[in-house]
Amino acid sequence: MGKERKGVEVSIAIAEAVAQANVDVIAAYPITPQTHIVEHLADIVANGELDAEFVPVDSEHSAMSVCCGSAAVGARTFTSTSSQGLALMSEIFFIAAAMRLPIVMALANRSLSSPLSIWNDHSDVMMVRDAGWIHVFVENGQESYDNMFCAFRMAEDPNVMLPVAVNLDGFILTHMIEPMEYEDDELIKQYLPDFKMKNVLHPDKPVSMGCFGMPEIYTETQMNREVGVRDSYPHILKAWQEWGKLTGRYYKPIETYRADDAECCIVTMGSYGETAMEVVDALREEGEKVGVVKIRLWRPFPFEEFDKAVLGKKTLIVIDRAISFGGPGGPVASELRSALYKKEGAPTIVNYIAGLAGRDVSRKDFRNIIIEGMKKAASGDTDGFTLYALRG
Amino acid sequence: MDRFSVFSARLVEKAENFTSGHRACQGCAEALAVRLVLKALGRDTIVAMSTGCMEIISSPLPLTSWKVPWIHNAFENSAAVISGCESGVKAMIRKGKIPPKKINFVAMGGDGATADIGIGALSGALERGHDMVYVCYDNEAYMNTGIQRSSSTPFGASTTTSPAGKVSIGQHTQKKNMAAIAVAHNIPYVATACSSFPFDLMEKVKRASEMPGPAYVHILSVCPTGWRIQPNEAIKYGRLAVDSCVFPLYEVVYGKYQLSYQPQRIIPVKEYLSGQGRFRHLTDKDIEQIQLSVNTDYQKIVKLSEEV
Amino acid sequence: MAKPMEQITWQELEIGAVVTEVGNARQYETGTWRSERPVVKKEQCIKCGVCWLFCPDACIVRAAEGHFEADLTYCKGCGICVKECPVGCITMVSEEE
Repeated sequence: MGKERKGVEVSIAIAEAVAQANVDVIAAYPITPQTHIVEHLADIVANGELDAEFVPVDSEHSAMSVCCGSAAVGARTFTSTSSQGLALMSEIFFIAAAMRLPIVMALANRSLSSPLSIWNDHSDVMMVRDAGWIHVFVENGQESYDNMFCAFRMAEDPNVMLPVAVNLDGFILTHMIEPMEYEDDELIKQYLPDFKMKNVLHPDKPVSMGCFGMPEIYTETQMNREVGVRDSYPHILKAWQEWGKLTGRYYKPIETYRADDAECCIVTMGSYGETAMEVVDALREEGEKVGVVKIRLWRPFPFEEFDKAVLGKKTLIVIDRAISFGGPGGPVASELRSALYKKEGAPTIVNYIAGLAGRDVSRKDFRNIIIEGMKKAASGDTDGFTLYALRG
Repeated sequence: MDRFSVFSARLVEKAENFTSGHRACQGCAEALAVRLVLKALGRDTIVAMSTGCMEIISSPLPLTSWKVPWIHNAFENSAAVISGCESGVKAMIRKGKIPPKKINFVAMGGDGATADIGIGALSGALERGHDMVYVCYDNEAYMNTGIQRSSSTPFGASTTTSPAGKVSIGQHTQKKNMAAIAVAHNIPYVATACSSFPFDLMEKVKRASEMPGPAYVHILSVCPTGWRIQPNEAIKYGRLAVDSCVFPLYEVVYGKYQLSYQPQRIIPVKEYLSGQGRFRHLTDKDIEQIQLSVNTDYQKIVKLSEEV
Repeated sequence: MAKPMEQITWQELEIGAVVTEVGNARQYETGTWRSERPVVKKEQCIKCGVCWLFCPDACIVRAAEGHFEADLTYCKGCGICVKECPVGCITMVSEEE
């Protein structure tokens, strides 16, 4: 849009976005690598640039609890965490979605203990796959900034009413200085209407939230939720469409790069997509028909869009950033295998697990994965998974 | 008005914001306490409640006994949830998103939720200074799940996880002093109360809600089912607990202790303990030991109250 | 008026399973629990309201004549009112009678 771009640390940009969104309550507990987001928000509030309650909670469990209380009274609510923090708050994380409380979280993906690791992988978000939150993955700084606004818009949409996690790779994104185009407050005001919730806690119209469910009724509550999540899909797309119309930057649940005529595609989620694109360009120069399929919307999973992108292709090399012990290997690969089960034209899936706890996966590594992966596919060696660059 | 007389019942708020139809046991003094607390607070109250007896008996989907806005989220976090409600409303009023209104923000939890699993969240909420009241309904065990011990179970009580047996006296630790822990957070108001002294209880809850900042009210809630007494004796045993100084009634206002009630005739603890099934295994020697510690603890409160 | 729990369809549930009909627990008549009920001797009742104050189920009501009596729809028969009545004008009577 011909705007000035400046170099901003992604965490800072996220904090600025949250401030521009005029949140009412921020409740967060510090954990590497999310700290800069929360620190900058504290600064913004302390300088009177954002009128909000900054609640420095005693634990991540309390952070999500405060967020639930805040969303329940109809306040625009934000939090951020990673790894162990997400694990600690996981009890309430599930409850927030069940109670349909529109909270927005910047989830700085970080590896789960043990061993303790502060570095990036997706084991934290995979732990909460079934919680019922909307999960968006971003790949660079601009996407991180943009999707904070889209997240509020999606979460608070009366046809959605679900909490939204914007997943960004810890350190790889949070601590990087990236070229950023900020939007002005007028545009944000246009994009984000005031938050109005149907049922709020207020003496003028009392309600009871969180009643307990006997076996006779519990199943029905779960169906009600599942339909709610599924039915939110078109509204998620609409939120991205509207953002695109205003800014020129459109986001889609599945995004592809040079995949149309590709026989083999590498599938990524998060920041790996960028490196994958560069490697695909290089391989294309060498005559390899390869492409990238990027999953941006993890939940609710975009089954149709995914089919459109991959059916008819020979091979998918799925890069997982987490492992399910004693299970089918990488969570993404196993979900994609299941999504493609018995579909006509379903590609073969080869699963690599790479970059656990922030181990660097360079362009050379991507190249190796693609070449090796194609060989494995050709020889039928597609069961299970390969832990890339394992010593021993 | 003498706070300890019950002959002014006709002056009490008539509205019932905690309705009949709830499924508490017969003679539940905790349900009575909830009823009285809501009479003191009125309808402009938002309640965040922990999992426990009161939550379960009052909210079986699709029914609710609550006529005030109410939220149950989890077990250990009612203090954190109410912090969120308070922060959200505060911000929205300040930013002109909703009209100004004085609302009581009240978290409610049992002794397990307060002294054990939720102590972190409570401590955080008190330290952050939210304008809220935390009410602990202390029936001295995890009653809802079947009478398991908590850190608030008194010495010598038999519960399912601290059973009296051939080599055990039952609970072998002293009751955790939650009121003192609350006082240590330097909050404006802490009080102990009991549903057997309804006027004292209601006055204290009202005072707690009017104090700026956090307040903590600890209510001894007699549980006939868990304490193994007759349902009709719930009020009687609350009085015995107070009159034997096992559960002294006091307030702590900006750190200054004030005894609310000094029994004219202090009853020996034996009278309080002997009628309760959970203490029936105690020997005379055990009861002597308990009497000594009750005396010591009570004198501590008396002394603190006398300090200028 | 809420439908019985086992008849509610998933479509009928409010979003987040929120209950908007506050105080509807009154649909559940806890009076069926008791095995004995309190009976007040009206002439002896001094109308002090103590029984009303101490009822955990808020089911003591003031009759037109001014005395207090149990609302038998909800009364669980705990007997607290009997025990606390300052003039002892309430007695428990077995439901079988």
